[in-house]
Amino acid sequence: MEEVDVEPAVTNIPAASDGKHLGFAWGPGDILVYETLYKASGSGCSFIHEVRKDEDIYSPNLRKLFNESHHIFVGLQTIREDLPSKNKKPQFVSISKNYRSVIRACMEELQQVAEVATQYGNQVSILLAIELIWNLCEVLFIDAAPAGSLLLHLLDWVRLHKADVDEKAAEVLQSESPAEHHDYWDVVVSYVLQGRLEEARQMLVKQATLHPAARKMYKLMDTLLSKMPFYNPGGTQTLTEFDVKWRHWHGEVNRCLQDNSFASNQHLEIICKIIVGDEDTLLEHKELLSTWYHFLVTRLLFSHPTVKPTELHYYAQSCMTMFLDARSVPEPLDNILLAAFEFDIHQVIKECSIALNNWWFVAHLTDLLDHCKLLQSHNLHFGSNLREFLLLEYASGLFTHHSLWQLAVDYFDNCPEFGRVYLGLQIEHIPLDTERKALKVLRICEQRQMSEQVRSICKIMAMRALRNNRLGSALSWSIRAKDAAFATLISERFLQDYCTRGTFSDLDLIDNLGPAMLLSDRLTFLGKYREFHKLYGEKRFSEAAKLLLSLMTAKIAPRSFWMTLLTDALPLLEQKEVGHRAHDNMDKKRVLSSLKTSFELLLMQLSSTSSKC
Amino acid sequence: IMENINAKYVSQKISKTRWRLVSHSSLQQPDIFATGSWDNEVNKISFWSIGNHGGSDTDDGFEGDPQLLCEYKHDGDVLDLQFLDQDRIVTTSSTGAVTIFRHHQNSQTISVSHRWPRAHRYPCDNAPCTGVVCSSPEIVTVGEDGKIIVFRADQEGVIRVIENADSSTIHAVTYLRTTEILTVNSIGQLKLWDFRQQSDAPSQILSLSGDRVPLHCVDRHPNQQHIVATGGQDGMLCVWDVRQGSTPFSLMEAHSAEMWEVHFHPTNPDHLFTCSEDGSLLHWETSTHSDMPSFLQGGRNNSMISRSAMAPAGGNQSLISAWLSGDSSKGRLETTHMLPSQTLSVNSLDVLGQCLVCGTDGEAIFVNRQVPV
Repeated sequence: MEEVDVEPAVTNIPAASDGKHLGFAWGPGDILVYETLYKASGSGCSFIHEVRKDEDIYSPNLRKLFNESHHIFVGLQTIREDLPSKNKKPQFVSISKNYRSVIRACMEELQQVAEVATQYGNQVSILLAIELIWNLCEVLFIDAAPAGSLLLHLLDWVRLHKADVDEKAAEVLQSESPAEHHDYWDVVVSYVLQGRLEEARQMLVKQATLHPAARKMYKLMDTLLSKMPFYNPGGTQTLTEFDVKWRHWHGEVNRCLQDNSFASNQHLEIICKIIVGDEDTLLEHKELLSTWYHFLVTRLLFSHPTVKPTELHYYAQSCMTMFLDARSVPEPLDNILLAAFEFDIHQVIKECSIALNNWWFVAHLTDLLDHCKLLQSHNLHFGSNLREFLLLEYASGLFTHHSLWQLAVDYFDNCPEFGRVYLGLQIEHIPLDTERKALKVLRICEQRQMSEQVRSICKIMAMRALRNNRLGSALSWSIRAKDAAFATLISERFLQDYCTRGTFSDLDLIDNLGPAMLLSDRLTFLGKYREFHKLYGEKRFSEAAKLLLSLMTAKIAPRSFWMTLLTDALPLLEQKEVGHRAHDNMDKKRVLSSLKTSFELLLMQLSSTSSKC
Repeated sequence: IMENINAKYVSQKISKTRWRLVSHSSLQQPDIFATGSWDNEVNKISFWSIGNHGGSDTDDGFEGDPQLLCEYKHDGDVLDLQFLDQDRIVTTSSTGAVTIFRHHQNSQTISVSHRWPRAHRYPCDNAPCTGVVCSSPEIVTVGEDGKIIVFRADQEGVIRVIENADSSTIHAVTYLRTTEILTVNSIGQLKLWDFRQQSDAPSQILSLSGDRVPLHCVDRHPNQQHIVATGGQDGMLCVWDVRQGSTPFSLMEAHSAEMWEVHFHPTNPDHLFTCSEDGSLLHWETSTHSDMPSFLQGGRNNSMISRSAMAPAGGNQSLISAWLSGDSSKGRLETTHMLPSQTLSVNSLDVLGQCLVCGTDGEAIFVNRQVPV
């Protein structure tokens, strides 16, 4: 038995009185809690409390996330397995970017709303964190950049998640005299910390023009910044060649530092120390860096740009420790990112599962990583693998939503072990308020050959129709389910109606049964009996008699109806009408005499049964 | 065609979408459409704008998303929605209610103009009201209770009720002529009703021989009033000639699941659009370009039929519409998918001019402003 990872969260049930016992029952996404009494006396409480863990599903903005990502998910599942992996990687990266852009779009919309309603502020920060983690996973796991490109990607990653630099820069540039703005140097240093040297140089030019005396110093800094080598993955230069070039440049910067070339200008001195990779200087700018992972990337940029993926975790751990010495406890996000730098995918997933209250993120990310063949097949105790487990959890949560259950179906479809079972169990619990909804649910069941659920749903709808006296609808549902028993029930209702009222109701239905008539004997009888009436009404007595005879002899007439049939036969027996053609006459005589015999037979049977009673 | 269509996610499953009417005289493209939602805890009707203010001179197909103008709470699923006039829509609800909403363009607000709360009902239960058609001020609705009800927009109460019009659910209704309507039901019958008659029986019943496949939608050809298209549970597109016989003239395999809506293009009826539970929206195009010289076609000589022009007022009565001889293998019928694959059910579509709008169970609205008609 494994130990519990974290302390369980405690949720108070405010409406439940103190000291009372609580009983509970699990639902798919929630728990129903109620007060129980162990004593016989005492007043009971008539409330049931629903404790819901995931409120996010009900957020209107997040719904877009669920729908759009569903679309991406379904597309991902159709990527053919047999393609060689080098063709698939760009596709997977592209899909990962799609997911991320959906997260971003949702976040941007929420940010606009959050300005008005503060309760969404929390959701915004969670989405920010999710996108940050996903982006890092894309860089490290999916794109799996090798040394050289790795740092460039990490640099992009950091830049993407530090938007405030541009805001501040815009503010500074729009001011009267940018070089004298109080944030000016912060902006320049921030650019340098992010490796945006071109922009830093442009900013410095403004300062240089203000201090013509120090022109040489500014020129030197500009040269150093412009000559910093950046690895070009598509170019002809090898990593080793780049490394040599970079060390050469690094030595040059160091020399400037030793020569005190920038000693007279405190700001330029700081910049020089930063680009030489001096850790203490970097740490002095914690506020501008704001996170330990920014510190990590900057430190690597200026001290070890050819870092290999396998070396990352040493640097990550030490950077986190150096940066966080003020706070003792790292936050969940820090642990997740650290696990990512350590390439421990399972730990990333596990930590995210605990930290987030919605399975969306881990389910989709794990699914994508599984497609990239990055998850070791790691069977869990109860049979399915990690990917499937997470998808099932996510989809089950969706299924509890009054509207999003339709999305869940596609997720279940892509869980080969248990998906079908889960779907089968949950689809029967969808409330069916309208026929249209029932039709959609039915279509889902039929497409998956879930015949039991089809029968059950059709029966519910047919019963409801019957209760409201909609016999045609009821029949329509029985036909769909090929439910002969129910069709029989409906026919009985028609026949009962006829017996009580003397006429048929819903003639539009009975007259137009078509091949559906064959669904059940009783239904066939009903159709034929109505036909008999029509023939009689049209005075086509010989045909009517023949039909009546066949009804009697075919034994599809219900017992309760025999009396009625006999009563119908009487006027026919009294018919004296003579046909025009001789054989027609013979025919009729034969029919009438057989009718007479059957009549007598039936009478005998009736009297014997009645005498038994 | 794919490039011209973009999804807008709207956080509600769309059950119905309709363009606001534009006057036929102006060649304006439509700019406002209404949507209704379903299966939500709180359902809504919404008005949207695509910002086409005058002329079709935009070369870019998807200039900006539809913008929400205003929305209003709706009690129950919106099962059908029609524009009564420029400012008012009629909706029918799963609660059995029929409601007229007014869209106040100046303030971009919506108010309830008139409501019949339990128009369709069972003795002890709600009966969803499944379809509506209107010709201001007359409104005709049908429901799961098998009733046909006629209202007038400006009057309380109802004008006429046909109580047991059908023993099964009536799924849709449309006008055949000003005093005649067509209904389709869940035992596969197409029924004609003549309101001039006092009796409560249909004047004609048509159905497919064979299985009684439920029919879900019906639309009449804009010019040739005897031609009617229906779609149903099996996804087949049927075209009927209501003057002749009681079975459809042609049957075409269209979709792999229920067909929810079928629409002839109102001004270019060589084009037909269908949408389905299977997530596809099909554009059907037939060519009426005949090999026969016009003087041999009978009828009026002055009617030149070309694909881009509006059909002349009376139509050419003796020309057999290509729809009736529809057979996709003869190559006179072309079908195109209009949506990217893997969308959930497309519940509703509407087409006017060159603009098409549709809504899906994936909570997305698609607008295409350059439909090739």
